[in-house]
Amino acid sequence: MRDKLAKTLFFKGSKNKKIIVLVADISPDGKMSEFQKKYPERFLNIGVAEQSMIGMSAGLAMNGFRPFVYTISTFALYRPFEMIRTDLCYQKLPVCVIGMGAGTIYASLGATHLTQEDISIARSVPNLQIISPCDPFELKQAINFCADKSKNPTYLRIGKKGEKNFNFKESEIWKFGKLRKIVKGIDICILTYGPIIEKAFEIREYLKKQDITSEIYSCHTLKPFDEQRLKNIFKKFSKVIIIEDHSEIGGLASIVKTNAYEARYQGSIASFSLKDEFIKCYSSQKDLQERHGLSTKQIIKKIKKIFINE
Amino acid sequence: MKIIGMQNNILINKKRCNSFRKKILELSQKVSALHIGGSFSSVEIIDCIFNLVKKKNDKFILSKGHTGILLYVILNYLNKITDKELENYCKKDGILGVHPDYGVSGVEASTGSLGHGLGIASGIAYANKKRDVYILISDGELHEGSTWESALLISSKRINNIILLIDYNGLQSSTWSKDTHPTLVPIDKKFKAFGWDAAICDGHNTLDIFSKIKKKKKGKPFALICKTIKGNPISFMKNKPLWHYRSPDKKEYVTALEELNKNER
Repeated sequence: MRDKLAKTLFFKGSKNKKIIVLVADISPDGKMSEFQKKYPERFLNIGVAEQSMIGMSAGLAMNGFRPFVYTISTFALYRPFEMIRTDLCYQKLPVCVIGMGAGTIYASLGATHLTQEDISIARSVPNLQIISPCDPFELKQAINFCADKSKNPTYLRIGKKGEKNFNFKESEIWKFGKLRKIVKGIDICILTYGPIIEKAFEIREYLKKQDITSEIYSCHTLKPFDEQRLKNIFKKFSKVIIIEDHSEIGGLASIVKTNAYEARYQGSIASFSLKDEFIKCYSSQKDLQERHGLSTKQIIKKIKKIFINE
Repeated sequence: MKIIGMQNNILINKKRCNSFRKKILELSQKVSALHIGGSFSSVEIIDCIFNLVKKKNDKFILSKGHTGILLYVILNYLNKITDKELENYCKKDGILGVHPDYGVSGVEASTGSLGHGLGIASGIAYANKKRDVYILISDGELHEGSTWESALLISSKRINNIILLIDYNGLQSSTWSKDTHPTLVPIDKKFKAFGWDAAICDGHNTLDIFSKIKKKKKGKPFALICKTIKGNPISFMKNKPLWHYRSPDKKEYVTALEELNKNER
């Protein structure tokens, strides 16, 4: 996703002189370094100073710029949180705060570098939009939206590198604030967002072998959430699976369950989120997710119990 | 030349500042939680910026947002805020609260949480280097890491069109800053070490504030440490932490008004 981000920002920046990139000591590689070379006045490495970075982006946005601030997600949202809340959200400024390597991606770096509760925190701040693209394709659409149309601050939660695209002929177009059907199915609906969509496809393959078809949605915009479409999903499916690389508190599982209660949904929901614990596992993201009960194998085991052998 | 001309206007400046203090006192009889002490220490500073220094396109940020009332009174004097809006200060249907809100005419940033102004100012200044950005912070804001983070950033990125005014009244809301942070001074040397030009002035002397700003070095951001007295010039308010928040009662109001009238002569 980093490469796609750099390429998209470079393209948008070459078209719009008001696009300015602020990074907190992230080494610019690929197209990002080209952006820095070509537009040095619009690429500022602020250093290890996230509070100043957000404050400065507010001042720039007040004067017509479209700032994109960029660093590892924990330092993008948590460290300068009050600046995001007061300088950006209270003043309603169109700044895009990009949190890279979100969720459990930086497993080997430990809890100081993980954001397992970022969406929960960000959702409670008025005016703050939250977008979490599932692949580089969606990331590009999200950047285009933030560069051209957005009127509010955005927390853009992204992956890191090597993510595959999950965009098919049958996939719906990306639209801010709307759930996006990625692939069609009849029996079970899988709701997810972010790079963990990969697991949704693994589960879809497993279900297929059991003659069960599944429909996968990318819930890329966590706020504002597409509640209307969710209602339609509740009408169409009696079985819903939620998969997210985020705490069980305040993420997609919370959103869907609250809506299910309000819609008097009679079907079953199985949600797979991170536990509300600081779990240590320094080998890999895959291993850390397993400790949270989020390996594909663990998810399938539970689904079997809930949906297949019921 | 301008400085000589200003000397002739010392009385006019004093009278104008006095009228701002009187207006704040008047409003104090209608609402509570006014932050009168910190407002009275900043009168000459903000007055000097708005009425003597600031050019049309220049910007001013009140980072010590708790003295919003003073900003409103001056903006009202400049016809940016209507009498009605000012009268509705901290009232149910009013648009003016204790802390300034971005979007109100003449208010450049929502402030109130300390240590935010300098970061915002750096962005406003960087966005257009052809104008100056004035920002007033309290000495308490020098406790905030974010202020020093931005001070380092501003000089490093050569954002030289920033004039930072520090209301150095030495008092925080609870006590003297020399007690909590005895190593806060010398402030000017700290800024110089951070790559800024810096000077010290009498923050209640309009001529001194004005001339120090005019004498600032080009090619560097500038910090002016304005020595002030919290609650100045009211005898029973001066240097009293109690007056950080408090509104005067009827008797105190009358006494304060008398003192201001005497001050004018």
